[in-house]
Amino acid sequence: MRQSNLYVLIFTAIMTIVIGGALSVTNQVLKPAQLKSIELDAKTSILAAVMTINKDEDDVLAIYEAQIKGLVVDINGNEITTNDKGEPVLADKVNILRNFKKDPAEREYPVYKFSSAQNQGAVEAYIFPLYGSGLWNGIFGYLALEDDLNTIKGISFGHVAETPGLGARIATPEIQDRYIGKTIFDKNGNLTSVTMQKGEKRDPSAFGEHEVDGMSGATLTAKGVNAMLDQYLRSYEKYIKNVQKQESI
Amino acid sequence: MSIETLEQAPVAPVKEKEPLFSKRRKKIFSDPLNDDNPITVQVLGICSALAVTVQMRPTAIMAVSVVFVIVFSNLITSLIRDLIPNRVRIIVQLAIIATLVTLVSEVLKAYNYEMFKVLGAFVGLIITNCIVMGRLEAYAMGNSPKDSIIDGLGSGFGYAWIILTVAFFRELLGSGSLFNYPIFEKIGWASFPTNGLMVDSIGAFMVLGVLIWIQRTKTGYVEN
Repeated sequence: MRQSNLYVLIFTAIMTIVIGGALSVTNQVLKPAQLKSIELDAKTSILAAVMTINKDEDDVLAIYEAQIKGLVVDINGNEITTNDKGEPVLADKVNILRNFKKDPAEREYPVYKFSSAQNQGAVEAYIFPLYGSGLWNGIFGYLALEDDLNTIKGISFGHVAETPGLGARIATPEIQDRYIGKTIFDKNGNLTSVTMQKGEKRDPSAFGEHEVDGMSGATLTAKGVNAMLDQYLRSYEKYIKNVQKQESI
Repeated sequence: MSIETLEQAPVAPVKEKEPLFSKRRKKIFSDPLNDDNPITVQVLGICSALAVTVQMRPTAIMAVSVVFVIVFSNLITSLIRDLIPNRVRIIVQLAIIATLVTLVSEVLKAYNYEMFKVLGAFVGLIITNCIVMGRLEAYAMGNSPKDSIIDGLGSGFGYAWIILTVAFFRELLGSGSLFNYPIFEKIGWASFPTNGLMVDSIGAFMVLGVLIWIQRTKTGYVEN
């Protein structure tokens, strides 16, 4: 009996229903907690570009709520508030990866304005999301500029699958701290992205205003990081110049 | 998946009223820890043993996940072993494992997103971990649920202690820390030269090789 075709069919049908049911229930039950985890993760990495986050102690969501204000701009630096369908566009809801796959001119570009805890009116830093390709898979990050929109206040990188110990080092403070204090405009006001050099000297004084020390053994990841920074800075250039103009008035 | 490399001596039929921790059951549990270790003797599950052992914390989570999956898939398979049609048994086993693994992955995503990002793909790959399917096919299909749980625990811990040992040396020598705790810095040896080879897969091969060497010297196991 156990070998008949009918038995096999009935058995597999019941198994599929039981397993499918169990998995859908789990998915539905866990979904709120998962979405919360993802939100927390995204907000933590935004804040990590401007401050040191202690995940166990800091209430990331509260800090984010109080000190971050998001808006979305297009490639020309104009703020977008609604999409084609008339739905509101919120900086928190913009999917960076999905936008990365679109043509740069059609992307939605979120900007996160960070203000200090004491003076919530004044913007202390502007945070821009980044996305690009590393050696093996995607790399991403957040770039924070000082309120002059020229000096780098901080940067945080993440990656999907860079080589541990080599390219994966971009996710460590050791590499990220090298960017602090570098500038993105030259003396004539032309946009000049910060580029990571080939090789590793470990001597900060050896590098100019738009250069940072490289990672030994991870030149291709560094190239990806450079391309990502350059591309996104160019995409945000008009917005950055608009804000600079307004501030100088 | 190399199920055919697994040979398991048929276990003697269970006598009635056997104590829970009889000599036979102790052997079922202790065999995979050393003499018949899934990684170092059967050489199964090497892929994940290399991939997740850069640091202790993800390794520990991986070890717990594998023990969970192996114990419960053994139990479920053993419970319904008389119902499973022989011709589709591999598919049924795979479905059971895949369901449990998906559960683990979903729970991780909800409650430990950090680890979900680190382990992501590797948790999914427990499905293809030969140790789990090997145990189902070689043991749970023909033995009682109680024995199958013990067998699952044995194989699970056999896998766990090996990957934890590998991770211990890789994180200590490669990153100079344990569970992200900078151990060399705290004992005043901040200049400890970390070895980049250890954070690469090559480091895992070396540690694993040394482990197998020590173990086989002690047990006298020879491959034939």
